[in-house]
Amino acid sequence: MSQNKVDQYRRQFLAQASAVAGLSIAPGVILNTVHAKPADQAVSNKNRWGMLIDANKCASNCNKCVTACHVENGVVPAKEINHETDAKWIRKVKLTDKQTGHVQTIPMMCQHCANPPCVDVCPTNASMKREDGVVLVDKHACIGCRYCMMACPYNARSFIHEETTEKKYPRGQGTVESCTLCAHRIDDPNGPNNPACVDACNAEGHKAMWFGDLKDPQSEISKRLKQYGGEQIRSDLGLNTGVRYQNLT
Amino acid sequence: MSLKNKILALLVVLALSAVAQADSLSPEPPKAKKKYNEETLCVEPVAEMRKDHMSYIMHQRDETLRKGVRTKQHSLKECIDCHNAPAEDGKVASSKDSEHFCSTCHTYVAVQIDCFSCHSDKPENTQYRHKVSANDTFHINVATQSLSPETLEVLSNDKAESQQ
Repeated sequence: MSQNKVDQYRRQFLAQASAVAGLSIAPGVILNTVHAKPADQAVSNKNRWGMLIDANKCASNCNKCVTACHVENGVVPAKEINHETDAKWIRKVKLTDKQTGHVQTIPMMCQHCANPPCVDVCPTNASMKREDGVVLVDKHACIGCRYCMMACPYNARSFIHEETTEKKYPRGQGTVESCTLCAHRIDDPNGPNNPACVDACNAEGHKAMWFGDLKDPQSEISKRLKQYGGEQIRSDLGLNTGVRYQNLT
Repeated sequence: MSLKNKILALLVVLALSAVAQADSLSPEPPKAKKKYNEETLCVEPVAEMRKDHMSYIMHQRDETLRKGVRTKQHSLKECIDCHNAPAEDGKVASSKDSEHFCSTCHTYVAVQIDCFSCHSDKPENTQYRHKVSANDTFHINVATQSLSPETLEVLSNDKAESQQ
């Protein structure tokens, strides 16, 4: 056997060996990346939290996700003025196909864009995106100008008109607020836990919502998106939303 | 004693009495119910906390909101839990009361604090929020106990919007 042939043999052996090793190690390695963030650690761009909503499974007569969200975050209706101005972190939207009469409902909330217009327009940097893709309002910096509400194509943000009564959830009169993707649950050292809306949907048995890490190919949300695909609402705007929908007609 | 000296003496006496009065009026914040540890007592040495507590709280606020760091050592909630624990008769001071830990000094130095226009000035029921786990039977059961029936009524009657 010439030296060349030996080298060729070695190369093939190494290639095969590494392929086998890759198969056996990779799943374990990937599984190990899905662990809760310790409390003292900052969020990182290794994760991107997102949500997937199956419009066919969303029951038109159910709004448990809305109730659960508002209960979890203390978004209590104002006492005095009419409820037109109440904050809505999540709402049910009814879609009707005029031609066929087909009716669907979907939950609509902050879409947690990768390129959020609300962050672009904020004059005080109060509207901001965390490293892990969660779009939030820093109410300490918010001056209540409501530019972000005008910039958001999803009508996802609300202004707090009246004094808040439930002080155990810091909200703040005169600032803007929206869905936080339940960041306090994501950051839970025992988590990451599902947002309240997803838990409520599961508890109701509809199972129309999935929450997970879009950057982790092994997460259920990524697998589902890979297999069935998912739509962004107003994908023409190129915002790369973190909330995706399936089976919209 | 000349008139000048008499006036001087009177001024000294007045000044001394003013100091004595200020001493008796100086704030005495209530003692914390727990010690963070035996060495520093509070989360940082007490003298440092008296001077710089606002910087610690503000730093923690930005770390938590913007970076998702959820340590408790310098969080406002932990301040309140420890320094404004319920009294023996179960009463909890509100930030508007002069007995409230923050108010005792802040009233004295006439520095307004805005924290409590949004944040709670009382220890919260920590069972409710941050300790909810995804495996719990859904926490709406807890919520139905903590929110008034009228509130729940309005929340659940929130009609779906119509959109083409």
